[in-house]
Amino acid sequence: MNDNVARPSIAAAEARSTADLAAARISVRNLDFFYGTNRALKSINLDFPDRQVTGMIGPSGCGKSTLLRVLNRMYDLYPGQRASGEVMMDGENIITPGIDLNQLRSRIGMVFQKPTPFPMTIYENIAFGVKLHEVLPKAQMDERIEWSLTRAALWDEVKDRLNASAMGLSGGQQQRLCIARTIAVRPEVILFDEPTSALDPISTLKIEELIDELKRDFTIAIVTHNMQQAARCADQVAFFYLGEMVEVGAAAQMFTAPRERRTQEYITGRFG
Amino acid sequence: MTDHIVKSYDQELKRLSAMLTDMGGIVESQVSLACRAVVDKDALAARKTIEADPRVDALEREVEQFTIRLLALRQPMAQDLRQIFASLKITGDLERIGDYAANVAKRSLVLAQHPMPYALTGLAHMGRLVQENLKLIIDAIGENDAEKALVVWRSDAAIDEIYDALFRELITYMMEDPRNITPCTHLLFIAKNLERIGDHATNIAELIHYAATGTPLTDQRPKGDNSTTTFQPAPGDE
Repeated sequence: MNDNVARPSIAAAEARSTADLAAARISVRNLDFFYGTNRALKSINLDFPDRQVTGMIGPSGCGKSTLLRVLNRMYDLYPGQRASGEVMMDGENIITPGIDLNQLRSRIGMVFQKPTPFPMTIYENIAFGVKLHEVLPKAQMDERIEWSLTRAALWDEVKDRLNASAMGLSGGQQQRLCIARTIAVRPEVILFDEPTSALDPISTLKIEELIDELKRDFTIAIVTHNMQQAARCADQVAFFYLGEMVEVGAAAQMFTAPRERRTQEYITGRFG
Repeated sequence: MTDHIVKSYDQELKRLSAMLTDMGGIVESQVSLACRAVVDKDALAARKTIEADPRVDALEREVEQFTIRLLALRQPMAQDLRQIFASLKITGDLERIGDYAANVAKRSLVLAQHPMPYALTGLAHMGRLVQENLKLIIDAIGENDAEKALVVWRSDAAIDEIYDALFRELITYMMEDPRNITPCTHLLFIAKNLERIGDHATNIAELIHYAATGTPLTDQRPKGDNSTTTFQPAPGDE
């Protein structure tokens, strides 16, 4: 660690974690989502504050991953799935049909549960995503790749083997490569869908540290089954159950004194 | 609140609660014996109070070790976290109450060697109120009862008022006759110790309330103790 940035006081951190102080980067209003006739999300209202981490927790099938998939229109790939309501970003409802999906996905990147490197070199893995959206001269592309690998805390480990296959990296390195690939297109929002569930504890901590770094520049949403991870990473936490958002609050409040009985029972391990 | 999915976790939390009520029971009897030792000049009661102290200290260490184990192994959240945190603090309050009771008992032995030209009615009354509060709060620990805790929290003001009155009374006796200074000083410390026991009972009340509800009792507790401003120098006594 060589940055001597003044550490914020606990009071300042607490104040910051009360989410409502930051403007919302994404505002979800009255969102419903259907898998065929099954209503998987019921009138969701949730703000994702700018440059903060929003953790989404809840038992399997509660709708948290569905919400994440709505945010970058992943569901468009599947027939019979539809959303209604509003997901506002920069004054636009991103679930309306006219939205350019390529452009949307460059603004809202996603990192998945299992690392998904392409069977190509480390360099090409990152350049691939950038080329979909921009045409860059070689020197600028090199710069972008170094920048994104550095931001993903992977540069020092791979700088001497950028032309080696990405498949040779460890699981934790592959996941950081996927994060580098996501941030290389310079999105505004990054969605993490259980990004560490396939990783060992040390790789997990590296990703968590990275998320802490990345929130300086990006708005982050993370779905996790690991309550301690939500407690460690998130500024605000939303609890979902049976397609409803039961409660949202600052992480410290949610894990010490949640307001709703269902939240309490879930996070203390009384049902799930 | 329903049970945990992991049953052994429930058993551990019950055990923690039982450890505190055991400790509370011992401390409660220490305070009752100490009051008897003073009011009835009962040396046997005094000795029993003092002898119970190492057991209370040992229980405090046991609770401390058990809570740190629970924090590390269960990684508690929400109500469980609050209960474990409160238990760790409550065990400290109970240990202090035990110490104060033992101190009262030790002073009662010294006091018995001095002539007592006045009745100990006020002190006996204060002792009863403190014991009532203590009994109530130890019940509240076992039942995790925020309502009972609130009753204790509100009634400490009466104890403070009696302490205040006793303080003035004892100073008067000392001014009347310097030979009263030694017994009255011991009585003052005894009264102060009882008043402190009352304060620790209200600390426990605050912790139980927080553990049960998640909201701290932030309002200023009603206070009745003015003893720090009571003593005024006699005229010409500059």
